[in-house]
Amino acid sequence: MITEDLKDFKRFTPKTLPKEEPLVSGHRACQGCGEVLALRMVAKAIGSPMIAVSATGCMEIISSPYPQTAWAVPWIHVAFENAAAVASGVEAGLKTLMAKGRIPEKKIAVVAFAGDGGTADIGLQSLSGAMERGHDFLYVCLDNEAYMNTGIQRSSATPFGAMTTTSPAGKITAGQTTWKKNLPAIMAAHDVPYVATASPAYYLDLMNKAKKAAMIKGPAYLHVYSPCPTGWRHGTDLAIEVSRLVVETNIFPLFEVIEGKYVVRKNNKPKPVEEYLKQQRRFSHLTPELIQTIQTRVDAEYARLLKMEGMTESTPTKTETKEE
Amino acid sequence: MPIQKGMEVSIAVSEAVKLANVDVISAYPITPQTHIVEHLSELVADGELKAAFIPVESEHSALSAAVGAAAVGARAYTATSSQGLALMHEIMFVASSMRIPLVMTVVNRALSAPINIWNDLSDIMAQRDCGWVQLFAINGQEAVDLTLQAFKIAEDPRVLLPVAVNLDGFVLSHVIEPIELPDQEAVDRFLPVFKPTLRLDPDQPVSMGAFGSPEVFIEVKKQVEEALIGSQKVAAEVWKDFGDIFGRTYKPVESYKAKGAEILLVTMGSITETAMTAVDSMREKGRKVGLIHIRLWRPFPFKEFFQAIREAKCLAVVDRALVPGGVGGPVGLEIKSALFEKKERPYVAEFVAGLGGRDLTVEVFAEMAAKAERYAKTQKEMRYEMIGVREK
Ligand SMILES: Cc1ncc(C[n+]2csc(CCOP(=O)(O)OP(=O)(O)O)c2C)c(N)n1
Repeated sequence: MITEDLKDFKRFTPKTLPKEEPLVSGHRACQGCGEVLALRMVAKAIGSPMIAVSATGCMEIISSPYPQTAWAVPWIHVAFENAAAVASGVEAGLKTLMAKGRIPEKKIAVVAFAGDGGTADIGLQSLSGAMERGHDFLYVCLDNEAYMNTGIQRSSATPFGAMTTTSPAGKITAGQTTWKKNLPAIMAAHDVPYVATASPAYYLDLMNKAKKAAMIKGPAYLHVYSPCPTGWRHGTDLAIEVSRLVVETNIFPLFEVIEGKYVVRKNNKPKPVEEYLKQQRRFSHLTPELIQTIQTRVDAEYARLLKMEGMTESTPTKTETKEE
Repeated sequence: MPIQKGMEVSIAVSEAVKLANVDVISAYPITPQTHIVEHLSELVADGELKAAFIPVESEHSALSAAVGAAAVGARAYTATSSQGLALMHEIMFVASSMRIPLVMTVVNRALSAPINIWNDLSDIMAQRDCGWVQLFAINGQEAVDLTLQAFKIAEDPRVLLPVAVNLDGFVLSHVIEPIELPDQEAVDRFLPVFKPTLRLDPDQPVSMGAFGSPEVFIEVKKQVEEALIGSQKVAAEVWKDFGDIFGRTYKPVESYKAKGAEILLVTMGSITETAMTAVDSMREKGRKVGLIHIRLWRPFPFKEFFQAIREAKCLAVVDRALVPGGVGGPVGLEIKSALFEKKERPYVAEFVAGLGGRDLTVEVFAEMAAKAERYAKTQKEMRYEMIGVREK
């Protein structure tokens, strides 16, 4: 039971943020990278003892150019599509070695990190497998809405209308022609104990969710919005602003799914999506009609989310995050 | 004292894995590997084997999870065949270059298409260059023994490489053979608990699987190559230990009636025993035919191979995989290129046979030996000949 797992859970406040940095500075992320910021916050919230598993992608590349490493906790990278499978092995290995008395018995957080491509596309099968098998681990999707490491190609998590190098704004089609795959819903459908979305602008919320997710026994999934100034073509000083606006417009609502119950951070006076879209040149080709299409979709999705909350009869639990 | 008992080879292999006291098994079903992992899951379910059994959702994940488990210091095992091995291809290279010691049984089966569940060696031969130690069993006892030896070779700090133990699908994996399962106590003496050189340990953090730029990449590859070549010496030590404890001896290349033989059949895997029967009957007829079989395929044991063939005038190489558009099969290719540096070398007749489970009978081996002898006489220029192909 989650309440049992979280009985010692203490929420971070600005004054109680940990000093420890599992991911240290000196890595090679681009200027203004929102993904490495999100990664750092998650890692900081969880802290040692933790074993990090990275999928191939920007975060793996920038943090591990041999013989340097930005990881102060044990870290492993094997390939692109298998972070969840590697984490499965890490978790099963630890469990067995502890049961056999070969290593000391203690909770070690096993945390897999992958981009949206490594999660929603090529790694979806191994993620689904690991979630279904019930490994005690946390999977963090750092969603920068495209394959950034290989040069901004579209993924199934790229939003409708966004221009990428494989969903260009052409004469016939205007950027991505499909709607963003709903990964948190797919994860919630696996009936895992904990699923949540987070955004770096709401840093306490993000860090508390990460901490909770790591404390809970069984599989947990955290979907973190991760702005990419290089790929989204916005100012390098805007990552936090963009990640606030995405929540304020209801494009990326913050919610938790705790043992199947949706708990949504309410936003009944959303800003128009245009405010968000206009800051990023990946959307600069969008016509007013297309912006309206997006607005309609966002409103409908948000309404659906609230319905899910109602349907899952959310009764606030003791551990539920208050609004930050 | 252990006694010989009749048992299915697959079951015997899983009993060997149990004797090796593995910590983590991750596997995905594919014919003809299934009986091995089914039996292992039973052993775990009954508490007879204290290990985690991860029923992964694909072979790609099976190997990935085994790598993760080995990285935290667990003794990890998986098994597969054919399409499953092909699906692992990407991770095969990663496992060796990350110096992950784990053991995999490959129950050899043809690769699609056409889809075919029967035996040949095209699955493992497509993984030839992945940097793994690769061993081939000719019978059930060897499959058991090599499995135990594989862990010891893989985990040796001078090696730290994954090891594949190959056994032929159905014709070996599914037959009942007399097998001696060693005592647990003796196995524990031979194969102590795995002591990893490096592991993912929060008290001593390391980064594994880093990004390698051109300044470091080639050095990593060179180290893997040196470790792989060096594994032969370790294997020799392991085989010596094994012989001392269990009384069965192993060599990288084995000879059968090779003394005084002008023609040598060259085989790998379980067809070897059929080929030996063919050698017996040819010898009875006064023909100077013998046999060698290659047990250690990677690293290739050049010295022992040259030693084993030094008296032969002609080699009849039996390949059970094809290198399309090339000079024949992988074994023929290896042998021909190895011999190129020798001034005195035997004539090499290269045969590709037994693909997709086509029967290799005593008569077929006699046919290949006879053809090899004929071709050697005229020094016939040949790349390879495919045996038993129906023209109509
Ligand atoms: C099997 C395989 N296919 C393709 C690649 C090339 N590749 C490496 S990283 C990457 C993109 C990663 O995108 P994402 O997962 O979204 O993470 P990001 O880099 O954006 O953080 C791709 C396509 C690969 N390494 N392996």
